[in-house]
Amino acid sequence: MYKNFFRYLISAIFLLGFSVNSNADFKVGFVYVGPTGDHGWTFQHHEGRNAVEAAGIKTTFVESVPEGADAERVIRQLAQSGHDLIFTTSFGYMDPTNKVAKDFPNVKFEHATGYKREHSNVSTYSARFYEGRTLLGHIAGKMTKTNTIGYIASFPIPEVIRGINAMTLAAQKVNPNIKTKIVWVFTWYDPGKEAEAAQALIDQGADVIMQHTDSTAPVQTAEKAGVWSFGQASDMQRFAPKSILTSIIDDWAPYYVERAIAARDGTWNQQDTWHGLKEGMVAMGPYNSAMGADLVKEVEQLQKDLASGKVHSFTGPIYDQKGNILVAEGKVADDGMLAGMSVYVKGVEGDIPK
Amino acid sequence: MALYFFTPFIAIILTILGGGIIFYILGFNPIEALKFYFITPISNLYGLSELLLKATPLCLIAIGLSFCFKSNNWNIGAEGQLTFGAIVGGGVALLFYNQEGFYILPLVIIAGAIGGMIFALIPAILKTYFNTNEILVSLMLVYVSKLLLDYLVVGPWSNPEGFNFPETRQFSDSSRMPLLFEGLRIHAGIFLALAAVMLSWFVLYKTYLGFQIKVSGLSLKTAKYAGFKGKTMILVVFMISGACAGLAGVGEITGPIGQLHRMISPDYGFTAIIVAFLGRLNPFGIIFASLVVALTYLGAETAQIFLQIPKYTGQVFQGMILFFLLASDYLLFFKVKILNLKKNELRY
Repeated sequence: MYKNFFRYLISAIFLLGFSVNSNADFKVGFVYVGPTGDHGWTFQHHEGRNAVEAAGIKTTFVESVPEGADAERVIRQLAQSGHDLIFTTSFGYMDPTNKVAKDFPNVKFEHATGYKREHSNVSTYSARFYEGRTLLGHIAGKMTKTNTIGYIASFPIPEVIRGINAMTLAAQKVNPNIKTKIVWVFTWYDPGKEAEAAQALIDQGADVIMQHTDSTAPVQTAEKAGVWSFGQASDMQRFAPKSILTSIIDDWAPYYVERAIAARDGTWNQQDTWHGLKEGMVAMGPYNSAMGADLVKEVEQLQKDLASGKVHSFTGPIYDQKGNILVAEGKVADDGMLAGMSVYVKGVEGDIPK
Repeated sequence: MALYFFTPFIAIILTILGGGIIFYILGFNPIEALKFYFITPISNLYGLSELLLKATPLCLIAIGLSFCFKSNNWNIGAEGQLTFGAIVGGGVALLFYNQEGFYILPLVIIAGAIGGMIFALIPAILKTYFNTNEILVSLMLVYVSKLLLDYLVVGPWSNPEGFNFPETRQFSDSSRMPLLFEGLRIHAGIFLALAAVMLSWFVLYKTYLGFQIKVSGLSLKTAKYAGFKGKTMILVVFMISGACAGLAGVGEITGPIGQLHRMISPDYGFTAIIVAFLGRLNPFGIIFASLVVALTYLGAETAQIFLQIPKYTGQVFQGMILFFLLASDYLLFFKVKILNLKKNELRY
């Protein structure tokens, strides 16, 4: 009884706050993990938000929200202050998003890169970045002179390992002698550490550097050392115009606009979205003319084939480091296998940190 | 003397005025912006609960720091002690991840306090026996503890079912702080903070140890002349300080977070230094100061949600509070005198 009384009291107060703040307008909220000016992950989500705004829908964002105890409050405040759809754009918001979603059944939630959809008002979405990695691998395999590719990796989660494998497989296809060297930096954004990692890889003979981290430090280091590099998350060309061969661009804008309109018009459904080159969630930056016209043509064709489904990034035979078969000849890896990928393919050096 | 306890209020008023001016320059209506900053966040029960939730670790750490600062020991590494306390407490919680029992939470809390204590003893022992500088040592140990936490959550303690994401399992309900109200996040950890306030008041003002601490703070030479055992006192104040920071860490991971990951504290250990000074190193002043500083965090979020004012203004406000406090202290303790100096007549 006593417990119930408190429950009613609190929901009454919630409702009170709700009715004061909410209005008839449809609003979309965004929660960012970094500053909008990081030129990587958050920057691209912010571009997506700008597109939603351009489509005539009101938006709000909160930047640099730590993934600890603060996230839940920010998400809840957005829900409470009349936002109808909330995008939480970092993995660490997974549990807070689901927790708040439970208390606000009329608000829709979209969580990036997570796997928990505990309530019917929570969707998850991510991009098939590995398709972009396949293109980078093809280019890297053709461009390297030392047959050594340097890879700056953040955390040994399936998404990062998938990228390393996709890149290595594609590079091996055009250059069987390829070796992939990896430095784990255990951060998503730390320019100092990323620059050091890039330098260490260059010192070990890598003449192509790529990164699964968010700062522009690795491409700038590569530019200084005169080796090739690839931009990550956004078009980083202007930070290293000579060195960057192309960038993988996360283009969230079409998805955000589509989902915002669906939520506004009442056609929003729970989904688990995994879009790639086909839908345009993964896009490529301009190709460096140093690649030569032939290679650019090849890569553009491969890009089309990946988008149409004619070519799959993980087509057998694929072997792990010990030579055991992972995907049989003629088969392609299914999404379940991709989502849980936790071993390196043959040709990658070192062990996955445990 | 009355002015001494009054200046924090002056500093806060000046900060609000300064903030209003900044908002005005940025093109916002200052009154409206300040309203979203200082009133909206706590205009409902949920907001009040969040304020207390945020103030709890700040208050606990600042209480601990007041022992150190009062006795002229500059423990800058509360963030590291918080992290290490959370590691030890979290380790115990993970040991019991699939068990239930009333004894688990007390064990976790005690483990956290001991963890913080041990980590604070390192700079204390180095200071007393090897004459090192405690500011540097305690500060550097912050990075040591954070890297250790990184290593643990990525490696040996990471959740076996968590796809290698850098976080541990969720703790079992038996190692979570009980919530005080259904639907609100405020948890029993607040009683730890209140107990720390009471105890620290008693120790500082009613015991011989408190007297020693205060005398050493006012004049180390007097303390030596009086025959106080300086070394023991240094160890004791650091242990108290570390234990409080460790408790704050455990309160965060067993309260709102519920697991260990890399982001357990948005630098509470450093912000608590501002809180300790704003509270005049007085236990009851610290309660007040922790609420004010906690509000700057919440206000920054609401201001960004409602007016899209950049969230970093929260840090600007915290900086301004400290700046105005130090400035008014300076004016309080020194007299401004305009000298009419003749050429070649330099006076000090």
